[in-house]
Amino acid sequence: MDEAPTPRSVAETKEALAAAGYLADEPAALVSFLAQRLGKPILVEGPAGVGKTELAKALARAGGRELIRLQCYEGLDEAKALYEWNYRKQLLRIQAGGESGWEEVHDDIFAKEFLLERPLLQAISSPDPVVLLIDEIDKTDQEFEAMLLELLSDFQITIPELGQVAATTMPIVVLTSNNTRELTEALKRRCLYLWLDYPELEREMEIVRLHAPELPEALARRLVEVVRMVRALDLKKPPSIAESIDWARTLLLMGAEDIDRETFEQSMSIIVKHRTDIDLVAERVGMRLAGAPTQAPG
Amino acid sequence: MTGAAASPYGPRADAGPPGLAAKLLGFCEELRSEGVAVGTSELLDAFAALEEVPWTSRDDFRGALAATLAKSQEDRRVFALLFERWFFRAAEAEAIERGIGEEGRRHEGGERLDVEELRERIRQAIVDGDESAMRDLARLAIAAFGRRGEGSGVVGVDVQRLRRTLGRSTGAQATEDGAAELPPIEREPLSRFERHLRRELERDLIERTSTLPPSRPLAELDRALPTSPSQDLAAVHRAVSQMKRRLATLGHEQRGRRRGRAVDVRRTMRASRETGGVPLRLRYRPKRPHRPEIYVLCDVSTSVTSASVFFLSVLHALHDSFRKLRSFVFIERISEVTEVFEHERDFRTIAERISREGGVADVSGYTDYGRVWLEFLTEISDDLDPRSTVIVLGDARTNGREPHAEVFAQISERAGRLFWLNPEPKLYWNYGDSVMAAYERHCDGAFECWTTRHLESFVNVVAGGAPAGG
Repeated sequence: MDEAPTPRSVAETKEALAAAGYLADEPAALVSFLAQRLGKPILVEGPAGVGKTELAKALARAGGRELIRLQCYEGLDEAKALYEWNYRKQLLRIQAGGESGWEEVHDDIFAKEFLLERPLLQAISSPDPVVLLIDEIDKTDQEFEAMLLELLSDFQITIPELGQVAATTMPIVVLTSNNTRELTEALKRRCLYLWLDYPELEREMEIVRLHAPELPEALARRLVEVVRMVRALDLKKPPSIAESIDWARTLLLMGAEDIDRETFEQSMSIIVKHRTDIDLVAERVGMRLAGAPTQAPG
Repeated sequence: MTGAAASPYGPRADAGPPGLAAKLLGFCEELRSEGVAVGTSELLDAFAALEEVPWTSRDDFRGALAATLAKSQEDRRVFALLFERWFFRAAEAEAIERGIGEEGRRHEGGERLDVEELRERIRQAIVDGDESAMRDLARLAIAAFGRRGEGSGVVGVDVQRLRRTLGRSTGAQATEDGAAELPPIEREPLSRFERHLRRELERDLIERTSTLPPSRPLAELDRALPTSPSQDLAAVHRAVSQMKRRLATLGHEQRGRRRGRAVDVRRTMRASRETGGVPLRLRYRPKRPHRPEIYVLCDVSTSVTSASVFFLSVLHALHDSFRKLRSFVFIERISEVTEVFEHERDFRTIAERISREGGVADVSGYTDYGRVWLEFLTEISDDLDPRSTVIVLGDARTNGREPHAEVFAQISERAGRLFWLNPEPKLYWNYGDSVMAAYERHCDGAFECWTTRHLESFVNVVAGGAPAGG
């Protein structure tokens, strides 16, 4: 069943992910490794913007697999997630074959040809190993979760008219959740759980420098320190890793040498995106940065 | 029956260090007793995962267990606490059984150091974040301490005393010495050192008495939600956004279900294939859940002062989540504050504006529930319909005035659902001037509520689930 090479050790997984441009921390590497060895889906939770989706993409790049993505939203149903019969084509077939017997037509119109594959079925029936990303599963309702159970535990889908479609290659399944609602026990039971949080200072620096290599080390450190300071405030939307990287690139474009109060205030909107947040950050963080002429002495 | 060698099933597979499976089962049992849902399939996964990682590496071992056993943030917190304790105890129990002790550990180096030097070395270790040095120094400190005859034999007390003795070394001393260039020690590494201290003291105690202290369930304190105000606000927001989903999708789907449905052309056509392309059976578009209309009435009088900050933050969070929300504050009169919440985003300003412009206190500043219901009924209740949900936040203390429960009953009749959140423990309901019982009769549910935990359990009950942490 399994043709894709599985990694032999946690370190190997970590290296492969790093080569794909994703610096995984220990738990992330361990869980990715276990998921491939045990053939179990990964459920990734954590605040927005810590690289949950990126992990799936990196797994795809690292394993040379195709990424199939299912973006969840409220009201997503199986016709859009699993499969749908192409009824127009079926109608045409019925009308075109006017003289053939009903039995024949009946068998005919429920063939693979008339099946529209949606992401989940696509992932299962793909001849090449894939990574299936089910993004923001918490946006759907519990009924949809129940529908996923067969797929997650047995990697197969039952289509009443066709029978079971089982995976020919073992897909890596990654589910992400922003933790806006508690997922059902049944779903969790079938998954390995990974909690991703904002990275440690050193690791975030590495990530920033990986994506903005021209940024001097001292400036990168300063940037990450400021971002961490901002995250420590009670904001509506704390800056994500992606926003740290955007900010790093902005600073490069601005040709900034250091983050002083002026640069900070000019470029702050890259990392803070709510009006009340901006006020709060300007007040709490901006004041603490050096270099402004108006700053109080001493 | 004789021995392993004579087993008809051949030699056994290597099962890791002896007793690991039993230890793991015991650990899972402990997790279950703390309310983590560990099923058989989780256990099997854990064993499967342990086959893949080297179990001699502590981090991998722990990570593999965490990934398979603890599948929510709350579970992770319990897991972290229990993991430390369980495997520490397991190792110690083994040591007692086999009579293994560390030779001379009680005096090791203790006499050579004076307290000053010890302080400096501990400070250095904490600053460097050197775990093994911290551990050694913790033992040294205990030894030096024991030599002076100050050990009390109770771990908690000893930690306190040691901290006091060593306390001068952390920051306060730096300024005394004029050595201002020493960076102050942060709380996190300091508490790491204290953990070592506690652990070594426990180990000491276990070795002296050759018994393990009884394992206690985790104290509520350890697992409680973070309590700093800013985090509280975030937790309230989380609970409310859950509430939003549940109010929107539950409770009303039975009513008027067949009214005003739209035909789904695509699905009708598909169904028509069964009848040769003639659409005999109509298929309908699934009805999207409607947006609930919510009326929140919040008591802001002095008797609920401590709770009203919490209530206001609940209101604040509700406003972020629901578009059709009208909020009211009341003491002696009722006043609509929907606008304040709609135009003001900052929580502190809202609290100020409400206390300034609410105009809800007349003379006494005591709550008059009866009058509030009358006003609400005459002015607002025409807007109520079976789809609306009314939530009252208050302590039901009428200060001896007429409660007008019959008016409240009328409100309850007009509204689809009515919930009461009371900031007092259930024990105090109906004592003194509280007339909770008179109102509770007309509510679809009355809950005690003064922490986010209660709020979550309210949300769960509304959703028809079990109360959280119950």
